[in-house]
Amino acid sequence: MATAYNLARYHGITNVAVFEKSYIGGGNTGRNTAIIRSNYLTPEGVAFYEESVSLYKQLSQELDYNILYSERGHFTLAHTDSAMRTSRWRAEVNKHLGVDSELVYREDLVKLIPQLNLSEDVRYPILGALYHPPGAIARHDAVAWGYAGRAAELGVEIHQETEVTGIEITDGRATGVITDRGRVSCGKVVQAVAGASSEVSRLAGVKLPIRTIPLQACVSQPLKPFLDPIIVSGSLHVYISQSDRGELVMGGSTDPYPRYQTSSSLDFIEGLMNHVLELLPHLSEVQVMRQWAGMTDMTPDFAPIMGETGIENYLIDAGWGTWGFKATPVCGKRMAEMVATGRVPDMIAPFRLSRFNQFDLVGEKGAASVGH
Amino acid sequence: MKQLLCPLNGLRNIQEFTHGGEVTVQPDPNSCSDGEWADFIFLEENKAGVVKEWWCHTATAYWFIAERDTVKDEILRTYDSSEIYKDRMEFSRPEKPSDSVSKLESG
Repeated sequence: MATAYNLARYHGITNVAVFEKSYIGGGNTGRNTAIIRSNYLTPEGVAFYEESVSLYKQLSQELDYNILYSERGHFTLAHTDSAMRTSRWRAEVNKHLGVDSELVYREDLVKLIPQLNLSEDVRYPILGALYHPPGAIARHDAVAWGYAGRAAELGVEIHQETEVTGIEITDGRATGVITDRGRVSCGKVVQAVAGASSEVSRLAGVKLPIRTIPLQACVSQPLKPFLDPIIVSGSLHVYISQSDRGELVMGGSTDPYPRYQTSSSLDFIEGLMNHVLELLPHLSEVQVMRQWAGMTDMTPDFAPIMGETGIENYLIDAGWGTWGFKATPVCGKRMAEMVATGRVPDMIAPFRLSRFNQFDLVGEKGAASVGH
Repeated sequence: MKQLLCPLNGLRNIQEFTHGGEVTVQPDPNSCSDGEWADFIFLEENKAGVVKEWWCHTATAYWFIAERDTVKDEILRTYDSSEIYKDRMEFSRPEKPSDSVSKLESG
């Protein structure tokens, strides 16, 4: 959707159709925990997500639609010496690339997050954190609606409840898309179907290095605002932020095995709450209100796949695992640039599909919900 | 709690197991191209439907094969790998070592 908007708005290409099996924003866009940050580990990743953060900051103005962008400050807690070392490494890479990011210690956290349990008498005492002041949250549905609304005004056709059932390939070149409501011929196809990437690319005969694994999340009952920052712990597999509605939005790690299913489990909520209560014990009486899951397309190097597929005019935008929502604006901008100019933008070249075949992986250990 | 029938240990909680990925055919490492090897280690069928996978009972380090429906989240059948693999995998040194191998040895 972001790609379609950028094509229409910045490249004057308005004969674009978007096919959505269900409804706009009903997939992973509305299932993530809406965190936006750029404090990744690899130079490729940091530059990419930093552009995304800068686009997000002005997105409400650009789309004339309030996405409730709220800058909170983002803390990645470190509970071990090795996590402290990785935090320092990330902070240095971030600073080198102009991203506001620093290592803070337990004494600093007392002042920065007074709500946090900094006791040493717990299973995983907190030693410090990677502090990223520009870390933010936004209303994720509004991002999808904003892009869709403006794209439609510019002439983009949006077909909801239209399932893509086939990709027409003639002489190694994509020439059309078959849907359950008919065939559409086209010059170029962009596949952007997080959660179903392998199944849709199979229609075009492209095999991907992706495993589809559910990631569960939940929200608490609404509370008065008490928690400004976003708190993340890689070791405990927890992230917590308080939304503008007052709900605590909490997520954990990806499920232990792949599935095409968005069911929730008691195992997950028990494990997550154990860890949440270690960080914020005063929440013990708070009710969990809703629980859900999204399907994450995990790649071996925790980085996305963008660009050419080996089939002419068939471009891919996939492998968005647990890092998709925060990349929406930059991904839309750069994919549109690629469609319009026919050239691969430098910024997304490291994320090409052929990197696997060339043993040139990105190794993005700064991704969320992965053990590192 | 979901449970999985281990061919060695019987019905156990699924948390005791580690998912090991799709059962695939390994190309001959001595004769395949780099591209074929990359495809083998990175690409996945990742099918929505019935898949055949390696699983390991972590506590006993026992690897076996499970057939599972990834849409319904149901385990259909589990069995010992000897049902498919009759011979040991050959990992012997190639007769004519390639350039990269001889460099490693001399360096």
